[in-house]
Amino acid sequence: MTEFSFINAFAGGICIGFATVLMFLGNGRITGISGIIGGLMKPEKNQTSWRLLFVVSLITGGALFPWIWGRDLAVDVSSPWYIYVIAGLLVGYGTRNGSGCTSGHGICGMARFSPRSLVATVTFIIAAALTHTLVRLVTG
Amino acid sequence: MSENNGLAWGNILIIVASGVLFGLGLSISEMVNPTRVLGFLNVLGPWDPTLAFVMAGALTVAVPGFQYAKLMHKPFLAVSFSVPTKKDLDAKLISGAVIFGVGWGLAGICPGPSLVALNTMQVNVVVFVAAMLAGIIAHDRIFSKD
Repeated sequence: MTEFSFINAFAGGICIGFATVLMFLGNGRITGISGIIGGLMKPEKNQTSWRLLFVVSLITGGALFPWIWGRDLAVDVSSPWYIYVIAGLLVGYGTRNGSGCTSGHGICGMARFSPRSLVATVTFIIAAALTHTLVRLVTG
Repeated sequence: MSENNGLAWGNILIIVASGVLFGLGLSISEMVNPTRVLGFLNVLGPWDPTLAFVMAGALTVAVPGFQYAKLMHKPFLAVSFSVPTKKDLDAKLISGAVIFGVGWGLAGICPGPSLVALNTMQVNVVVFVAAMLAGIIAHDRIFSKD
């Protein structure tokens, strides 16, 4: 495990918080990534352009990161490929079924003091921690 | 951003700024790296508190922002706020959160970071995103009335 950086964690969190507030106070939209992706998969009238532009901008933010921060984007995906198939299917299906993910429920919903989002956030964190712990116990 | 016409320049500026800032935030906080996320979920230890501080940082800004919105009649550049209308804590919400949580716990990747991670052009990231899109489509086909 790499060293934990309080500054990077908190500073990154503040950026994410500002991003959600900017979108909500400016355009009145919830920055829920699963909702935005889901909306692109099932296009509604006049809702496609902002969602597409947001997704492109989000990816661009990651592309700009090494230039701005002077550090490479580290993404360790060294588990077997089928883990990512199963996990991706569950994440896609589950976030649609539960109307949100870490951004929509975990940040926007919690910030709105939505009881649904609080319940969803606590539920998916517990389910994820149990899953990861179980996998670790089984695989050693 | 009204319901019946295109985007004004102000709206576009906000979308781009919000998206880039979100992508930078996920990168700076290393939430784009599954190792960080799995370290947080690793409750039996060694435990990585990063995700908790990211949430704390995000909510430090988001709570005042979203609460302030309750005092506004409308957003600065749109006709109305679009917020979810569902209020009930139903089985669909809970089961969805559980299914998402299991997937999140398996790979350590959620939707936002999965898109940002595409920048690294790794096969497993593409596999995850493709499977996630398939999961979304599968759900929306089954519940097409939503």
